[in-house]
Amino acid sequence: MSALSVIYALVFYLATAILIIGLVRKIMQYANTPAPLKIPTTPAPVTTSGVVMRMASEVVLFASLFKSNKWIWIFGWMFHFALLLILLRHLRYFTDPVWFWVTLIQPFGKYAAFAMVAGLGGLWARRVLVERVRYVTAPSDHLMLALLIGIALSGISMKFVTHTDIVAVKQFFLGLMYFDWQPLPTDPALLVHLALVALLMIVFPISKLLHAPGIFFSPTRNQVDNPREKRHLAPWAAKLDAESGN
Amino acid sequence: MADFETPELKEIPVIPKIKEGTMAHSKPYVAKAEFQEPLGYPGELVENWEEKAIEKLGELKGKYRSLQVYLDACVKCGACTDKCHYFLGTSDPKNMPVARQDLLRKVYRRYYTFAGKYFPKLVGAIDLTKDVLDEWYSYFHQCSQCRRCSVYCPYGIDTAEISMAAREIMDSIGVGQKYCNEILGKVFKIGNNLGLPQPALADTLEGLEEEVEDDTGVPIKFPLDVKGADILLVTPSADFFAEPHVDGLIGYAKVFHEAGASWTMSSYASEAGNFGMFIGSYENMRRAARRIRKAAQDLGVKRIVFGECGHAWRVAYSFLNTLAGPFDFLDPNYPVPQHICEYTYDLIQQGKLKFDPSENDHMTVTFHDSCNVARATRMGDKPGGQLEIPRAIIKTVCNNYHDMAPDTIGEATFCCGGGGGLLTDDLMEIRVKGALPRMQAYKEVIDEFGVTNIAAICAICKSQFSKVLPYYGFGMTDIVSLHQLVSEAIILSDAPADDDEDDE
Repeated sequence: MSALSVIYALVFYLATAILIIGLVRKIMQYANTPAPLKIPTTPAPVTTSGVVMRMASEVVLFASLFKSNKWIWIFGWMFHFALLLILLRHLRYFTDPVWFWVTLIQPFGKYAAFAMVAGLGGLWARRVLVERVRYVTAPSDHLMLALLIGIALSGISMKFVTHTDIVAVKQFFLGLMYFDWQPLPTDPALLVHLALVALLMIVFPISKLLHAPGIFFSPTRNQVDNPREKRHLAPWAAKLDAESGN
Repeated sequence: MADFETPELKEIPVIPKIKEGTMAHSKPYVAKAEFQEPLGYPGELVENWEEKAIEKLGELKGKYRSLQVYLDACVKCGACTDKCHYFLGTSDPKNMPVARQDLLRKVYRRYYTFAGKYFPKLVGAIDLTKDVLDEWYSYFHQCSQCRRCSVYCPYGIDTAEISMAAREIMDSIGVGQKYCNEILGKVFKIGNNLGLPQPALADTLEGLEEEVEDDTGVPIKFPLDVKGADILLVTPSADFFAEPHVDGLIGYAKVFHEAGASWTMSSYASEAGNFGMFIGSYENMRRAARRIRKAAQDLGVKRIVFGECGHAWRVAYSFLNTLAGPFDFLDPNYPVPQHICEYTYDLIQQGKLKFDPSENDHMTVTFHDSCNVARATRMGDKPGGQLEIPRAIIKTVCNNYHDMAPDTIGEATFCCGGGGGLLTDDLMEIRVKGALPRMQAYKEVIDEFGVTNIAAICAICKSQFSKVLPYYGFGMTDIVSLHQLVSEAIILSDAPADDDEDDE
């Protein structure tokens, strides 16, 4: 087995560990930090099932963004749902035999890459062309878009230009999962693709990509509007009550 | 009138091109030690303030999930950049919600995140310096905490949460805002924002009783500190004096009178407003809120009703149960607290109030949704009641009503420009400029429907409008209290017969 295969194997173990540990730590932090006051943006649902609906419409349809700006919504939604489709399609490289529904979405997943690039391109164009967005853009915001577009283009090149030995790639990843290492093909597009994916996994828990878990913990979106009906009290605030004898 | 230019009202509102630094000079007076210390804050900038501020930020993000999540989650998508009335009115890019948040977020990243510690330039993280603190002081006092940006953010990031935290950090290192902190001190010492002691308040209410009896021929009471009354009315102290606030108070009194209700106000809790929210201080907000609990217990009332005030209704509806509950000593048949609009609306539904809406025929009215009421509270038992109930009341008591454009009302409402602790003369420029989007929408309904008046249910909105309407060429008395309209149209069943001919 080549040194390159070993390096990639180690990198993917490391990236996976950082992604999982980093995200779990962040999610624990969000979950363990109290929300002392009821602050849903109203009109807000008055029941828990209503909140589930509200959250679903935010996560699936980007409802607030739709209200806000149709361009960002189109590009953002296109990118995210293409990415979802692509990720699901990639399950075929981690499952043997391939799950039935993964086979089903394969044809759509293939072309979703173009939608992903188009969406990201639109978002990047806004970052450069819209003065207000340019003003709030940091170098890391450009790099994040470059990283995602790099992943998409290197992926597209393998699917539509120069095919890689996908069977061997699958053996490599199954090998990683079952601790039975297999060699990785060495064509440049694949190596670039995988390196960028590993980088994305590593930066996920230390970057703005935390918006993904963050939205589920956003009090303006996840709280039930029932402050009069039910007393809401954070543990640290309850201590104040105890001290004042009430 | 002032040393700045009032923005021009355009035919079609436009998103301005950014002009950096146009409002960098705006800052409110800093609180002296005498206003800082009663709230538990140092009297002047503490020696190791950088360290203390970073420490406070760490403490707050551990206490408020909103702060922690919102500092992390922003992706700089730009959805909020054209949503803030202060940006639309000033063109200053630091008044874009994301840029305002970034003032704090950059420092958070520098001290609390891996990327900011090791790659500050890459992610735009910066050290906390005196210049940064000055910027905080300037721009976190150009946010009225109206939450309009939060409606449009894909993650619900609420700049109000950020600016509240920033103000709490500044207070904790000795850099407080005079206006808010002085007023809170008055509440703790005397009981209301105006610093009006019990004898003066009693005197004022007596004067009101005489005035209203002269006007209507009916002995309408404005009871104060009546033990054993059923209802405690807590209303913003501006209602005792200011115009058009006091006409609203007269309206509440007429409604209570017609309902035959036993009610009282309290001199101890003679303030609905709670500036503890503006400065982001849970402890001070709680301290002010608990005066209401104590007043309710001491007077032995069964219900608590709040007068017309936006942020007060937010603290009352959303926070009072948390801060000063449980209210198990009150009548469980009523929500605690209730809004005066809920109270009046219920009576209308039960047919207990009679109106002659033609009394308001000289007006064509529109309604300004106050930001805190619209986006941070509810009335009635259905979502959106806070938008529908006030309109339902106005339509009952007025024949001529038109809404402003849909993207400027309801959950999309524009702040009056004076909320969030900015209602002070030392911030006149930002107040006038921030009112631009609301003035624009008001102008549209004037031109299209001949609207003559704008009604509101917030003491701050009312004061702000009577001040800024003239800057835009409108009459300062265009602004009316919702219960002023009720007051004009209500038919008092025990009024003398010749009341109709009374032209006063």
